[in-house]
Amino acid sequence: MVIHIDNKEYNIKSGKNLLEACLSVGLDLPYFCWHPAMGSVGACRQCAVKVYKDENDTKGRLVMSCMEGVKDGLYLSIEDKTAKEFREQVIEWLMTNHPHDCPVCDEGGACHLQDMTVMTGHDYRRFKYKKRTYTNQYLGPLIHHEMNRCIQCYRCVRYYRDYAGGDDLNVFAAHNHVYFGREKDGVLQSPFSGNLSEVCPTGVFTDKTLKEHYTRKWDLTMSPSVCNHCSVGCNTIAAERYGELRCILNRYNGDVNGYFLCDRGRFGYEFVNSENRIKRVIIRNRAGEASTEEELMQHLQPLVSMSKIIGIGSPRASLESNFALMQLVGKQNFYQGISEDEAHLNRVCIDVLQSGSVHSASLKEIEQADAVLVVGEDIWNTAPMMALAVRQAVVKTAGAEASQHVQIPVWLDSAIKELAQEDKGFLAVLNVSASPLDELATHAWHATPDDLSRAAFAIAAYLQPGKLQADNFSEELTNQAKAIGEALKQAKNPVIITGVSSYNDNVIKAAFDIAASLNTAGRKTGMACVMTECNSMGLALMDAPAFNHAMDSVRPNGHATAVILENDLYRHLTPNLVDNFLNKCDHIIVLDSLHNSTTEKASVLLPAATFAEGDGTLVNNEGRAQRFFQVIPNADTQVKESWQWLWKMQMLRSQKVNGHVLHPDELLQKMETDMPQFKGITSVSPGHDYTIHGERIPREPHRYSGRTAIQANKNVSEPKPFYDGDSPLSFTMEGFKGVPPSWAVPFFWAPGWNSVQSVAKYQDEPNGSLKGGNPGVRLLQDKKKENADLFFKDVPEQFVITKDKWLLLPKFHVLGSGELSGYTKALEVLSPELFAIISPKSAEALNVKEGDMLQLTDAGIAYGSLPVKVLDNMCDGVVFVNAGSRGTVGMNWGTRINLAKVN
Amino acid sequence: MEQPLTKHIVPGKSLSLKEYEQTGGYAAVRKAVKNASPQDVQQIVKDSGLKGRGGAGFSTGMKWSFVPMDDSARHPKYLICNADEMEPGTFKDRLLLEGNPHQLIEGMILAAYAIKADISYVFLRWAYRKAATLMQKSIEEAYAAGYLGKNILGTGWNLEMHLHTGVGRYICGEETALLNALEGKRATPRSKPPFPQVSGLYGKPTIVNNVETLCCLPHIINNGAVWFKGLSVSEDSGTKLYGVSGKVKRPGVWELPLGTTMREIIEDHAGGMVDGYKLKGVLPGGASTDFLTEEHLDIKMDYISVAAAGSRLGTGTMIVMDDATCPVGFVHNLQHFFAQESCGWCTPCREGLPWVERILLGLEKGSGSNEDIDLLLMHTQYLGPGNTYCALAPGAMEPLQSALKYFKEDFIKHIEKHECPYTG
Repeated sequence: MVIHIDNKEYNIKSGKNLLEACLSVGLDLPYFCWHPAMGSVGACRQCAVKVYKDENDTKGRLVMSCMEGVKDGLYLSIEDKTAKEFREQVIEWLMTNHPHDCPVCDEGGACHLQDMTVMTGHDYRRFKYKKRTYTNQYLGPLIHHEMNRCIQCYRCVRYYRDYAGGDDLNVFAAHNHVYFGREKDGVLQSPFSGNLSEVCPTGVFTDKTLKEHYTRKWDLTMSPSVCNHCSVGCNTIAAERYGELRCILNRYNGDVNGYFLCDRGRFGYEFVNSENRIKRVIIRNRAGEASTEEELMQHLQPLVSMSKIIGIGSPRASLESNFALMQLVGKQNFYQGISEDEAHLNRVCIDVLQSGSVHSASLKEIEQADAVLVVGEDIWNTAPMMALAVRQAVVKTAGAEASQHVQIPVWLDSAIKELAQEDKGFLAVLNVSASPLDELATHAWHATPDDLSRAAFAIAAYLQPGKLQADNFSEELTNQAKAIGEALKQAKNPVIITGVSSYNDNVIKAAFDIAASLNTAGRKTGMACVMTECNSMGLALMDAPAFNHAMDSVRPNGHATAVILENDLYRHLTPNLVDNFLNKCDHIIVLDSLHNSTTEKASVLLPAATFAEGDGTLVNNEGRAQRFFQVIPNADTQVKESWQWLWKMQMLRSQKVNGHVLHPDELLQKMETDMPQFKGITSVSPGHDYTIHGERIPREPHRYSGRTAIQANKNVSEPKPFYDGDSPLSFTMEGFKGVPPSWAVPFFWAPGWNSVQSVAKYQDEPNGSLKGGNPGVRLLQDKKKENADLFFKDVPEQFVITKDKWLLLPKFHVLGSGELSGYTKALEVLSPELFAIISPKSAEALNVKEGDMLQLTDAGIAYGSLPVKVLDNMCDGVVFVNAGSRGTVGMNWGTRINLAKVN
Repeated sequence: MEQPLTKHIVPGKSLSLKEYEQTGGYAAVRKAVKNASPQDVQQIVKDSGLKGRGGAGFSTGMKWSFVPMDDSARHPKYLICNADEMEPGTFKDRLLLEGNPHQLIEGMILAAYAIKADISYVFLRWAYRKAATLMQKSIEEAYAAGYLGKNILGTGWNLEMHLHTGVGRYICGEETALLNALEGKRATPRSKPPFPQVSGLYGKPTIVNNVETLCCLPHIINNGAVWFKGLSVSEDSGTKLYGVSGKVKRPGVWELPLGTTMREIIEDHAGGMVDGYKLKGVLPGGASTDFLTEEHLDIKMDYISVAAAGSRLGTGTMIVMDDATCPVGFVHNLQHFFAQESCGWCTPCREGLPWVERILLGLEKGSGSNEDIDLLLMHTQYLGPGNTYCALAPGAMEPLQSALKYFKEDFIKHIEKHECPYTG
């Protein structure tokens, strides 16, 4: 439809409010309480405009643009004198109590309130009285609280409570003394609390980890990056200064994480700055260090020239590095560095997602689902942002249903919430134990993985009667299957979520059967499979054998060299298995960024770049390949991307010592040629020589302070800026100044918009795609069905609980379960200790109580003993051990082990 | 002169169910639920011209007509009595609540019947302790007599009634803030649309009516729309409970025909000014209405005439300001109240009112300047209707803007003398 803004015509999508309309056509209009992901509530009164009855109306009426919908032919004015004066007045009101501490405020220079103040033109203070002051609270190690700066936009509580489902942050008191905080000091309980720092339009809630090594936002060197801490692959901005990673910010991707990140993703970056980093080449059992690269190469020459060379790949290393390793050792000698079980589960996920019968659902699609079933994956803890997306699906569905009775636009948030009240869209969660997601669920049910899969097969049997040999389902299962099956059948966009962490392929197969049974003529059902690491999908797509096959390939005294890529094998595999393998190898070359149990075994240890020091591509659980770019220049260190080290070794092996410099795009081209499953991988981003009008894309904003004297202790001469030959991004502030292509957005900034709110200028419309489409390439295309319908029919037997054999499963934790994120002190503090977790009934059967010790043994492997923790709302017959975090070791997950009380 | 709402009220006493029935009480309920359809009740009330007595003066029949009445309407529907009487200077509902609680209950039953409500609440001001006890007892009596509960009077219609006492926030008188408070949420007003008629309490169709409005209903049903129209001496129908406070000889509240002049109410019923004091200004309908002055004394106290004189009838309870009281201090006192009672949701009200309050305090203390007058005028303009989220701040600006109009000299004197001329 056409609307007139200040006498110019604009084409606007229907269903929007006037504020969205103005922003989507690129006009500037100040606002505070409105948030694209949270809608309108009309509290701040900042976005006032004049609306006119028709073209002859000259008087008009002042309205809040966020609270009025667009109408065809509407006349409005942003520039009207009264509207401008009112907006300026609103700022003056907000400023009556806002401290004049911009020069020392954490938010200064990236503050929405500053921007809006300048935008409205308010400059002269007429309020001559004292400001009100507050006491700040301790909110835990992640978020800093500075209430005096508050302008009462209510975004924080709307985000924390309504959007993210937290309940320990609230608004207290009234009139000009409203207070946003907790009932009393204490750690914020929501694992999505970090977003407060971006939701808050000023400096009330700020990133406490950034405060530890603070720098002005405009002095950050920034790169588009991808989160390393789970398989969802949220888009991030990595920000550096003086060789240190300072913070992680959200990078909007309309198909993935939208405006938000989880706390593991936002705060888990400190490993990059860790003292435990491997910064130099280490050659063990050799007199003296290899001080030059030449010496190193001489040392490596015989090692890589061994006839038997084995490569162990990694689910947390980039595709480029994994592929470079495969190139070095040959396809037949490349193995996934994960257990056979996990490799098998990942394979099953890929098989079902590529079957042509289901659609691999993006996070955005999950958010838009009107019915969700989660089977056998504790997504709250293994894929937190997916849990947040499920929450939005549940809440939005209820809102959409409620608003059918009363004509209310979906963006009118408060009205929708009052109408929908406690109603929720359909969500069923079938899991081994409870999680906060259960609170939203219509059905929450806890059982062993075998029984979960039986429950899921029962649903599939209900949906496709006769197709499944549906014998001996209990009455409980049959009734539950009917209730869930019916709700899914009624839905227009159901999504089925499952994953590998219950170590049971039947769970995935049954979930697939349900999804495939729900297909309609025009739509394939969305399905999401959660994996364990940031590139689990990428590694699995390479289709290599699992680790234990590597063992079989080495004969005793076979004179083999093992090259282990960014992988602490002891975390993925049982210690004896790893030891057996490493003992068989003559030489062990390890590439990694942090010291761990595996690097200790290396005869040659090469310092590998983290995501912050290198470029690479990761494939998330959706099958979306996404590129991350280097943000810390590493010219004067030995740290290199693994693929660079591996390329150098290949040059050695093939006797081409002075081989040409490799660009990562060449690796990807070769990968695309060699492996058809990676078709499209080269179009994630263009090659290193890409320019716009001959200019590269700067990583530093033009407001960057420039070079300082801080490194004059090393060299008083100004160092030459680091030249990045691997990507089209430069390590300077010079270069292309406009909105870069969506895959190459190092930071969000627009004239007059210095805060993260400037993302609106990079989007087609608020909440929409980034201009030119959201980044990432989906490798799992919705294929046409080639084969006959895939449908799994083998329903497992019911799980039988026995007193001497307990099913061993990993228990992940939303903040704690990250090998790398554990190096952030704040997250380490908030992570659980190691426990053997059992149900009250199991505790009774074992005659133990909390605090007792349990001995865990598995066919001769002694896992040691762990203190007991008793958990309500988990199924019997299972023993959980905290997994994923720093220091945890690989176990034979999914097998049945012995438990014995330690006296 | 008929006084249907108060004729049986004896100060200090309260009518029991039996006593109320002896005065003809609950006849209207019997008549309506047995012989009339909800639509009939709506029609009579519409025809009667009854306007809301809570302050806004909106047609009651019209308000009801927006409630979905067909079979697809969502249930439960709610009828809520707004008894959160907190407008400064207003004490009319208290008389009705304490003197004849069953009259209110009967009115609520009739309103609930008219909109086919299932559940009703009395939202009572916390400070009305006596009324709370009486209402609770009376509701129980009405249940026992079969006027409330299941299958009322054998008609198959059900209505539950509950008493809810607030915690003493002025904003709860705003009907949507009242709904939030009743749901146990912060007493913050809601956006309109959607109006409570379609999405009210717990998101269901809801009507909120004032105590006095509801108390008119039994009499309208018993005596008809024409009779009700004939009670007044103006275009607006019915009687009105008028109150007077301030330095008058007999402050109080009286039920009089709508349209009785201000002069008659103040001079005849309230006995005129206390000797030695002259009338300087009147807030005709509570603290959130514009001042009128001596020249307006002969206007009729009805919705149309008071509006024509530049103010609002509001609750119809006048606050008389005498010539020995400082208008600046008077308005400061009001602004202190409004600033404190702002819910803190929207910027202009939350930040503007405390600023206004401080300026007025400064003027009173002698530190005011001419710029302060400009700032006050700016606030009267920008805290106007539509600019704020609800009507609290616009209401707060009414006495201020009219004080600046009628008593500007007093403001100037404060600035020139650097002190309050009334205390100095």
